[in-house]
Amino acid sequence: MADEPQVIDSPAAKKIIAPGYTFGTVTDQIASVVLTKKTPYVVMGAFAVALGLLLLFLLAVGLLFVKGLGIWGVRTPTMWGWAITNFVWWVGIGHAGTLISAILLLLNQQWRNSINRFAEAMTVFAVVCAGMFPVLHLGRPWLMYWLFPYPNTMGIEPNFRSPLVWDVFAVSTYATVSLLFWYVGMMPDLATLRDRSEHRALKVTYGILAMGWRGSARHWAVYETASLLLAGLATPLVLSVHTVVSFDFTIGIVPGWHSTFFPPYFVAGAIYSGFAMVLALAIPLRSIYGLKGLITDQHLDNAAKVMMATGLIVGYSYILETFSAWYGGNVFEQSAMWNRMAGPYRYEYWVLIACNVIAPNALWSKKIRGNSVLLFIWSLIVLVGMWLERFVIIVSSLAQDHLPSSWGVFHSTRWDWATYLGTIGLFLFLFMLFIRLLPMISIFEVRTLLPQAKIKEETGE
Amino acid sequence: MTKPIYGVMAEFDNPSALVNAARAAREKGYRRLDAYSPFPIEELSDALHLHRNMLPLLVLIGGIVGGMLGYALQYFVAVIYYPINVGGRPLHSWPAFIIITFEVTILFAAIAAVLGLLGLCGLPMPYHPVFNVPRFALASRNRFFLCIESTDPLFDHDQTCQFLETLEPREVSEVAH
Repeated sequence: MADEPQVIDSPAAKKIIAPGYTFGTVTDQIASVVLTKKTPYVVMGAFAVALGLLLLFLLAVGLLFVKGLGIWGVRTPTMWGWAITNFVWWVGIGHAGTLISAILLLLNQQWRNSINRFAEAMTVFAVVCAGMFPVLHLGRPWLMYWLFPYPNTMGIEPNFRSPLVWDVFAVSTYATVSLLFWYVGMMPDLATLRDRSEHRALKVTYGILAMGWRGSARHWAVYETASLLLAGLATPLVLSVHTVVSFDFTIGIVPGWHSTFFPPYFVAGAIYSGFAMVLALAIPLRSIYGLKGLITDQHLDNAAKVMMATGLIVGYSYILETFSAWYGGNVFEQSAMWNRMAGPYRYEYWVLIACNVIAPNALWSKKIRGNSVLLFIWSLIVLVGMWLERFVIIVSSLAQDHLPSSWGVFHSTRWDWATYLGTIGLFLFLFMLFIRLLPMISIFEVRTLLPQAKIKEETGE
Repeated sequence: MTKPIYGVMAEFDNPSALVNAARAAREKGYRRLDAYSPFPIEELSDALHLHRNMLPLLVLIGGIVGGMLGYALQYFVAVIYYPINVGGRPLHSWPAFIIITFEVTILFAAIAAVLGLLGLCGLPMPYHPVFNVPRFALASRNRFFLCIESTDPLFDHDQTCQFLETLEPREVSEVAH
C-alpha cells in the first residue's frame, strides 16, 4: 500500500478521471471518507443545520397530527396547495439519479461511473421526502394503508381508474426499485469497506451488508447481467413515474391541466431539476472532500449540458402551452393562461420564466459551465424555478377554474414553510449520513475507468 | 495425508496477468477454478466461459407473473369484488388498468433480478474459505486472485502449485477450509 503514492492532480480538460490514480489510490481515497478521515467542520455545521430543520419538520408534522390540515394554507378551491407542489418537485428531483444510473449506463456513458452512487442516493432520499406530502395531505395520515388494495372488513377497495391510485403504485414501485438498484450497486463497495475497516464492529456491520461478496468472476458475470437488466427496467420506470404524476393533472378537466403534452413536459422538467440538484450536491462535496480528481470539471460540464438541454425542452413546453391555449380557442384555457401571466400569481409566473427559460441559456457559455461557483448558483436558480413552476401549475389553475364565483387566492402559512423546509432538512440529514457511512462514489466502477483496467491480451496463442 | 484444503490460490497485481492465467489454467484442463477481481472484467468471463446465466429468464418470468398479477388484481376488484356502476360504463375498463399493470410488471421483474442475483451467486454467504488467506482482503482493492479448487479432478497439491508458479504470480498460497 505504501508503494503506491497518493497522486491527486487536477485533471486535464476532457478527462473524467485525473491521471496518476491506481486501483489502490482510488479505493483508499473514497474509502477514507468513511473509514479514516475526520469529518470536516463545514460538514458538521451543515449537519447541525439539517438536524435543526429535521426537528422543525417533526414539530410541523406533530402539530399537523394534533390540529389537522387547517394549519396549512390549503382552503377551497386551492386544496392541493404546497403539499402537492412539494411532492411533484421532490419526485422530479429524484429522476436525475435514475437517469444517471440507468439510462446513461445503457448508453455506455462512462462519466456516469463517478457520480452515479450519490445521484442514486439523492433519488432514494428525494422520493422519501416526496412520499411525505401526499400522506400528510390525506387529512388522516394514519389511514394511509387504505391507499393499497388489501382484504378488509369494510368491503371497499381503491378505484383503479383514478390517477391518484396509479400514483400510489408508480411512486411506491419507483421507491422500491431505486432502493434495490442502489443497494445492489453498493454490494462490491461494501465488501471493500469490510476488508478495509480495522474496527471489529465495522467489519461485522459492513460484512453483513456486503452479504459475503468476494469478487468472484462467477459473481461478476451474473452481477453485470443484473445491472444491465435493472437499468433496462428502471429506464421505462423513470419515464413512467413522472408521466403518471402528470396524469394527476391531465386526467382532470381543470383548465391549464387538461392537455396531452404534460407527460414529456413533466419528465423534462424532472430531469432538469434533478440535474440541478446533482450539481448543487456535487460541487460542494468535491471541494470539501478533495475529490476533484474523480468528479472533474468535465462531469460538471456534462451535467450542465444535460441541464441546459432539458431546460430548453421545458422552455419550449411553456411556449407550446401558451400557444395551444390561444390556438385551441377554448375560452377557459385562454383565461387560465391569462390569469397565470397577469393574475394574482403573475410574480411567481414571471420569476419562473426568468429561472427556467432565460437563465439556462447562460449555460451555452463554456466559461459559466467551467466555473463551479457560478454553476452552483445556477443550479439553485433552477431548483427555485422548478418549484415555482409546480406551484404555478397547481395553484393558479385551482384558484381560478371554470366558475368565477368559486375563485380564491392561496396564502401559504408558516407551517407550509416549516413542512417544506423540514423536508429539505430531512433530505440533507439522510444525505449527510449517507456520505459519512457509505461510499459516496462507486469504487469498483471508478476502477474500471483507469487505463490499467484495460486487458492486454497475450497474442500468438 | 495432511488436512484437506479448499484449494491453492495465486495472487497477481494486474488484470491482464489474471486473465492470461485463467486462460492458461483452462487450457491445462482445470475446470473447478474461480478468479477474484476488484471489478468486473469481461475478458475474464470469456476465459472462464461464464457468459450464459439464468438471470434473464428469471427476470422475464418475474415480469410476466407481475404483469398478470397486477392485471388480475384490478380485474378482480373492479369487475367481481367491488363493481361500481358509473353511468353504465363498462366495469372491465382495460385502458385504465394498463398503468398499474406496467408498474407491477417492473416491480416484480426488478425484485426477481435482485433475488435472482443473490440466488445465483449463493449470497448471502456468511463464510467462505477464500477469506482464510490473509492477503485476500486485497481482492476488493487492487489485487487479482486465481484459485484452483481441490475438488478439481486434475488437482494435485504439488503439481498445481508448480503450475501456478509458472504463471509468474506475486505469491501462491494454500486456502484452508
